[in-house]
Amino acid sequence: MEVMLRDRKAILAFVGPALLIYSLIMLVPIAWSLGYTVFEGNVIGGFQFVGLHNFAAIFSDPSFWQAFLFTVKYAVVVTVGQVGIGFLLALLYALYLGKASPLIRTLVFFPVILPTVAVAELFKKIFEIVPTYGLVNSLLHVAHLDAWIQPWLGQGGSAFWVIAIMDIWRSMGFYGVLLFAGLVDIPGEIFESARVDGASGWRLVRAVVLPLLAPILFSSFIFSINGTLKVFDTVLALTNGGPGQATTPLTLYMFTTAFSNGQYGYGSTIATALAIMCLFVTLLIFRSARQDVG
Amino acid sequence: MSQALTKPIQETTTPPQGRTKYSVSKLLGRLPLWILIALLLIVVLYPLLWMLLSSFKTTAEFNTGAFWTLPSGFAWQNYALAWTSGMGTYFLNSILVVFPSLFLVLVLSLAASFGLEVMKWRFNNVILLAFLAGIMIPAQMILLPLFTIYFQAGLINTRWALIITYTATTLPLSVFLMSGFFKNVPRTVIEAAVLDGASIYQVFYQVAVPMVANGLITVGLVNFFFLWNDLLFSLTFISSDNLRTIQTGLLNFAGQYGQVDWGPTFAGAAIAVFPTLAVYLILNQQVIKGLTAGSVKG
Repeated sequence: MEVMLRDRKAILAFVGPALLIYSLIMLVPIAWSLGYTVFEGNVIGGFQFVGLHNFAAIFSDPSFWQAFLFTVKYAVVVTVGQVGIGFLLALLYALYLGKASPLIRTLVFFPVILPTVAVAELFKKIFEIVPTYGLVNSLLHVAHLDAWIQPWLGQGGSAFWVIAIMDIWRSMGFYGVLLFAGLVDIPGEIFESARVDGASGWRLVRAVVLPLLAPILFSSFIFSINGTLKVFDTVLALTNGGPGQATTPLTLYMFTTAFSNGQYGYGSTIATALAIMCLFVTLLIFRSARQDVG
Repeated sequence: MSQALTKPIQETTTPPQGRTKYSVSKLLGRLPLWILIALLLIVVLYPLLWMLLSSFKTTAEFNTGAFWTLPSGFAWQNYALAWTSGMGTYFLNSILVVFPSLFLVLVLSLAASFGLEVMKWRFNNVILLAFLAGIMIPAQMILLPLFTIYFQAGLINTRWALIITYTATTLPLSVFLMSGFFKNVPRTVIEAAVLDGASIYQVFYQVAVPMVANGLITVGLVNFFFLWNDLLFSLTFISSDNLRTIQTGLLNFAGQYGQVDWGPTFAGAAIAVFPTLAVYLILNQQVIKGLTAGSVKG
């Protein structure tokens, strides 16, 4: 029995293939990317060693900082939006819906699975101004708020909000279910005794739900930040980073730096900066996960 | 984390409201709740419904009618045009890269998780952690070296570039989820099979794998959505139009037709949406369970 489960040849046969592919396609490239950060050039034109020049360049590159600020602002806004609305949805599911809850949960969850580009085409149309008004501008027109009609995706400020709204729309149902699972784990007796004590509505939420849900809420925030820092698809499909560079996150800046400008070294440096940001958040994840599982 | 989330979601009982008869005042009291739910469903469902309806609108209807006007008929020619001018090829391309990748990642992660979770050896936890680390790594971190490797190997603009990348990048989360499922297989079952004289490979194939069949479906579904919806890798490794996958293809297609001809654009979007919608309609509970269990991916 023991001998069989310790059979080295079998272990190699089971784990080897996956480990080999994972190492070659993920671990080696990660190290390789780190290596690229001290070079300049690309695969077609050749490479030159530049030392720490790329890291120094980051600090004096306004485009990098603009992308950095966009990324952080986006991550914070979308995280607060999707976890916040997700929390309200979870309360709705658990406390008010009763038998209708599974159906509503399933319906609200579904935008999560839709392909980004298809959703982005839809949102482009919703916020369209020319040649015809989209849904938003049409509603404003009907409401006689014509002064508010504007090219939503054509201005950096409003385009940011369209991007954020689209991603919150897509993911709120996901966080709704995630937090609902946490709510359901709270024993019913706790609610009962809180009710007996006269707690209801917002007081029940604040005094009972929030403290008990804190670990999973915290994890959700971390997951969400970790995911939103890597935003790429939504931006590419909705605005392609424009107008100008107004809605370019770090991922897209890295992509254009590497593939449009052929600067692999600087591109890798940007990717490394992003990875460090994610790693920082990841460390928080594992700490919070440990508290969660206990 | 995942343990807490993968267990079936039980229903809560509704707060005890007292089983009084339905009175008018009680129904009125519930009214704000129903309005709220109706608004929520409109916000979630209307955009998709609108997209499906609009895929049947003619160009004239887009240009003259109000946003919310229903199509006067079914302009199936939108679908015909979308399918024949690219979307058909993109759709088939996606199937040809997504399903081989799914098959590979399922086989590899099944075997690896069994080896890591059931077999007894010294470094299994270290290797498991090494796999888990891959979940958090931004794809941008491996993009340039992979491009270099594929470029040197002549794999740029081939399906292999995507199949290899898809298989490798979905491995970490798959191993993470799969080893969770193997953890729940009772050791006594495996011990009994071993005592019956089965070889370790037979134990794996005939005993352990059937016991994680549900997990296999879950992991398959999660990966299906990640891969069907991939944009970045397809954008990076494929530039030839007849190899584009559904997401990059739709992006390209919308670039040509969008804003000029919304009908075919939305027909194209509907074609991209259809498989995900179909899977969700049939298997929504497993999808929800799987995706929330995979929430570590962010």
